[in-house]
Amino acid sequence: MKVLMFGWEFPPHITGGLGTACFGLTKGLMHNDVEVLFVVPKAYGDENQEAVKLINASDIEIDIRSHFYKDYWNKLQYIEVDSNIVPYTTPEEYFNIMETYERTGEVKGESIFFRKFNFSGKYGTKLIEEVERYALIARKIASSYEFDVIHAHDWLTYFAGVEAKKVSGKPLVVHMHATEFDRSGENINQMVYDRERAGMEAADRVISVSNLTRDIVINRYGINENKVLTVHNAVEPMQKKPVREKKFFKEKVVTFLGRVTFQKGPEYFIEAAYKILQRDRNVRFVMAGSGDMLNKMIKRVAELNIATKFHFTGFLQGSDVDKMFALSDVYVMPSVSEPFGISPLEAMRSNVPVVISKQSGVAEILKHALKVDFWDIDALANSIYGLLHYNAISKMFKTYGRQEVDNLKWDNAALKVKKVYQSVI
Amino acid sequence: MRSVCFYFQVHQPYRLKTYRFFDIGKDHYYFDDFQNRSLARRIADKCYLPANQIMLDLIKKYDGKFKISYSISGCALDQFEQYVPEVIESFKRLAETGCVEFLAETYAHSLSALKSKKEFVKQVKYQSEKIYELFGQKPTTFRNTELIYSDEIGKMVADMGYKTMLTEGAKHILGWKSPNYMYCNAINPKLKLLLKNFRLSDDIAFRFSQSSWSEFPLTSEKFTHWLNSIDPEEEVVNLFLDYETFGEHQWEETGIFEFLKALPEQIFNYSDYTFNTPKELAESLQPVGTINVPYPISWADEERDLTAWLGNDLQDEAFHKIYEIEEKIKQIDDFEIWKEWRYLQTSDHFYYMCTKWFSDGDVHKYFNPYGSPYEAFINYMNVLSDFMIRIEEKIEHVRSGETDRKENAKLKLHKKVEKNSLKKTNTKTKEISFTDVNALSNAKIKQLLKSVDIEDLAYALVNVKKEIKNQILKNLGKRAMVKYEAIVLESDNFKKADIIKRKKAFLKECKKHL
Repeated sequence: MKVLMFGWEFPPHITGGLGTACFGLTKGLMHNDVEVLFVVPKAYGDENQEAVKLINASDIEIDIRSHFYKDYWNKLQYIEVDSNIVPYTTPEEYFNIMETYERTGEVKGESIFFRKFNFSGKYGTKLIEEVERYALIARKIASSYEFDVIHAHDWLTYFAGVEAKKVSGKPLVVHMHATEFDRSGENINQMVYDRERAGMEAADRVISVSNLTRDIVINRYGINENKVLTVHNAVEPMQKKPVREKKFFKEKVVTFLGRVTFQKGPEYFIEAAYKILQRDRNVRFVMAGSGDMLNKMIKRVAELNIATKFHFTGFLQGSDVDKMFALSDVYVMPSVSEPFGISPLEAMRSNVPVVISKQSGVAEILKHALKVDFWDIDALANSIYGLLHYNAISKMFKTYGRQEVDNLKWDNAALKVKKVYQSVI
Repeated sequence: MRSVCFYFQVHQPYRLKTYRFFDIGKDHYYFDDFQNRSLARRIADKCYLPANQIMLDLIKKYDGKFKISYSISGCALDQFEQYVPEVIESFKRLAETGCVEFLAETYAHSLSALKSKKEFVKQVKYQSEKIYELFGQKPTTFRNTELIYSDEIGKMVADMGYKTMLTEGAKHILGWKSPNYMYCNAINPKLKLLLKNFRLSDDIAFRFSQSSWSEFPLTSEKFTHWLNSIDPEEEVVNLFLDYETFGEHQWEETGIFEFLKALPEQIFNYSDYTFNTPKELAESLQPVGTINVPYPISWADEERDLTAWLGNDLQDEAFHKIYEIEEKIKQIDDFEIWKEWRYLQTSDHFYYMCTKWFSDGDVHKYFNPYGSPYEAFINYMNVLSDFMIRIEEKIEHVRSGETDRKENAKLKLHKKVEKNSLKKTNTKTKEISFTDVNALSNAKIKQLLKSVDIEDLAYALVNVKKEIKNQILKNLGKRAMVKYEAIVLESDNFKKADIIKRKKAFLKECKKHL
C-alpha cells in the first residue's frame, strides 16, 4: 500500500507539534508496511531550485538524516515543494509577517515557525494564494506518481489533497489536528472554517486526534459522523535522559508552559496559584511562554500581590524547555480547549507529575494524571496541593507516568490509520 | 443430610465529601451526608427492604426451615439508624424468627486485623455489642472484612472466644481440597472454618445476569441440579454473597428476586439439602482438616488477595497514616474522635485508591465515587490532615488538663487534712444513701462530679432510681455524657464487686458535699 501524504516538516528541521506528529506517524506507517510519498512545503529561498524536488534515499546525507532513520528511507519518497505556508498560521498573521518583511526586510514574531524562512518575495503575499499555488503543484505530483490513497494534514494542505483526489480519483483522508474553534475560540475566521469544512466534506474519511475534536467536527462542521474516526496521537520514545538541573531555592515549583492565550487557560492557573499561596508559601509558580494575554496575566499577578512567588519567563525553547521541566515539581495544563496536547506527555517523560484539564484530548488516554475541569479552580488548586504535599502520589506518577507515555507508540496509532486507509481503498 | 449455608454481607461506608486543602483546619466535618443519605435510601428501597421481606416470607412459608445469616457492619447500622430506620426494623423482624444468625465483624468494616490487634479486638467487641443491643443475639461466629483471613487473624479471633469463622475457599489455599467441608485454623484448631464455595456463590453474585455466560439464564432448577451433582459425601455448600446482589448489583429486572423466591422450594422438593446457619453447622460438623493460610486472603477479584485495598503507594501511605495516630487516639479517649477515626478506617476508602482497574475489573469503577484513585487519595489525605491537626490539639489539651488535675489533687490533699481534723472533733459518721443525693443542689452536684471519674460514676449508678440518676446526670457535661453512655453500654459486663465498691466510694464523695 502506498500513500501520498501532504505533511509538514521532517527531521532535522522539526520545529512544531504538527511536524513531530507527521514524522512519528510516517515512521509508524512504514513499520506497518505502508509506503509513503511524503510532500512538504519548504522555503529556503533558493531561487534556482525547481518547484518540486524529489529526494531519493540515495540523496540523503546520513549525518543529517541520522542513520537511526536509515531503514525508513527505503520505503519513503520525499518531495519538497517551495512554499511559504506554515502550520498554525492565520491569514491575518501571515499577511502581517509578509508585509513587515516587505517594508523592513525583518522577520518579526516569536513563533518558532518563522525562524526557518528566508522570505524571498517570490511567493504570494496572501496565505490563500499560497495555499492555492500549493494545490496546483499537488495536481502535478498526483498525476506523476503511483499511490493508493491520499492523506492531508490540517486545513492548509486540504486543498492540495482535494486537488490530488480530483486528478487521481484516489480516496482522500484528511487529518484534523486542530480546528478553527481551537485556534480562535468563538471568533472564527469564516474563510478558514469554510476551507476546513470543504476539505472534510470532500474527504472519504476524517481522522481526528481526539474524541473532543471528533465532536467538534461532527457538531460544528456538520460532518457525517460515520466517516469521522479518532486516532489519538502518540509520542516518539525519548532518546535522551531527563536533564538534571540544580535548584537554587528551597520552594517547590509548579509550571505552566505554553502559549499565553485564551485557549491555554493561563488565568485559571493564576487563580489556583493564589489559592495555594494563601495556605502554603513554600511554592513558586512559573508561567513559561508568551502570547496575547501575557500583559493581562502579569497585571493580575500584581493585583493579587503574589509576584514574589509567581514568575514569568517569556518564550522558552530547546534546552530551556528541558531545564524548565527539570526544575518543576508539578506541570499544569489548564487548557480551555486542546485538540490533543502533547506537552503533558513531555513533562511526564521528564518525570514531572501533571494536572491537565478534562477539556484536552490527551485526557482521554492518560491514566496517571490528575484531571480537572479547566474552570474548576478549587479542584485545580486541590490537585496541585495534593501533588506537592502527599508524596505517595508523585511517587506513583513518576513510576507509572513515564512508562505510560512510553507505551503510547506511533506504531499502534499508525496501525489504526492503516485500517482507515483499508476501509476506503 | 447436607447443608446449604447462606451468609450475606451488608455494608455501607460513610463516604467522604469533597474536602479541599483549604478546608483543612477550618472544616471538621468530613462526611457526605447527602450522598450517604440518598444512597442509603436508594439501596434500602432497591435491596434491603424488598429482600428482607422476601426472606421473612420464605422463613414463614417453610415454617422455620429456611435459615440465613447476616453480617452487618457497624457503620451500615449507624447509617440505617440515621437515614432509614425501617431497615433496622425489618432486620429486627427477621431476628425475631429465630432462623437468622447475626455474625460479628469489625465495627467499621476495617482492615484493622492487618495492623493493630488492640484496635481490631475493640472494634469487634463494640460491633457485637451493637448487634446484641439491636437484635438480642450475642454473635458466636465471626466474619472479617471482605472475608479477609490468615492463620494469625484466625488465632486472634479464636482468642476472642469465637467458635467459627467464615472465609474464602480460595483455590490457591485449598489446592485439591473441596470447600464443602468444615475445616479448622492451623494455629488454634478450636476455631472452625467455613469456606465459601466461590463458583456457586459467584454464579449468583456476578454471573446471574451476564448474557455472555454459557449457563445464562440461571434458574433455580439449574442451580439445584448443580447442588445435586456435588459428591453426596460433602457436607456443606457455603453461599456467601454481598446482600446488595439482590436488587442493587443485579437489578430487580434481571429476575434475581424471583430466583431467590424459587430457590428454597426447588431445594426442599428436589434435593436432600437443608438450610443451616454457621452456628448450627459449628455444632453439628467436625473439622476434616486444617487450612494453612500464611498470607492473608480475601474474597476480592481473581487474585483473592489484599491488592484491592493495599499494595500501591497511595493505599500504603494512607493506611500507614491512619494507624500512626492510634496511640494518640487512645490518650485522648474521646468518644466522638474515636468514632470518626473508626469511620476513616473503613476499607472502602482504600478500595477507591486501587489502581488495578486501570488494567481490568470495571467492578471497581462501578462502586467508586471518585473520578480516579488519585482523586480518592488526595481527598482522603486532606481529611486526614485536618483530623491529625485536631488530634494534636486534643493531645495538647489532655496534657495541660493532666497538670491541672495534679495541682487540684495537691489542693484536695490539703483540704482533706483540714477536714479530717474537723471530723475528729465532729465524729459524725452516719452512712448516707442515694436518696440523700436528692437533697444536693445542682451546683453542688456539679462540684461533686468534678471530683468523680466517669467510669466510677457509671458503676455507681447501676440500679439507682431513675429520678436520682437523672438528677445527677443532667449536671454532666456533653462530652462526659457521651463517654458515660459508651461505658454504660458495657454495663452487663460490670463485676458486682466493682459496683459495690465504687458505689461506696461515690457516696463517700457525696457526703463531703452534703
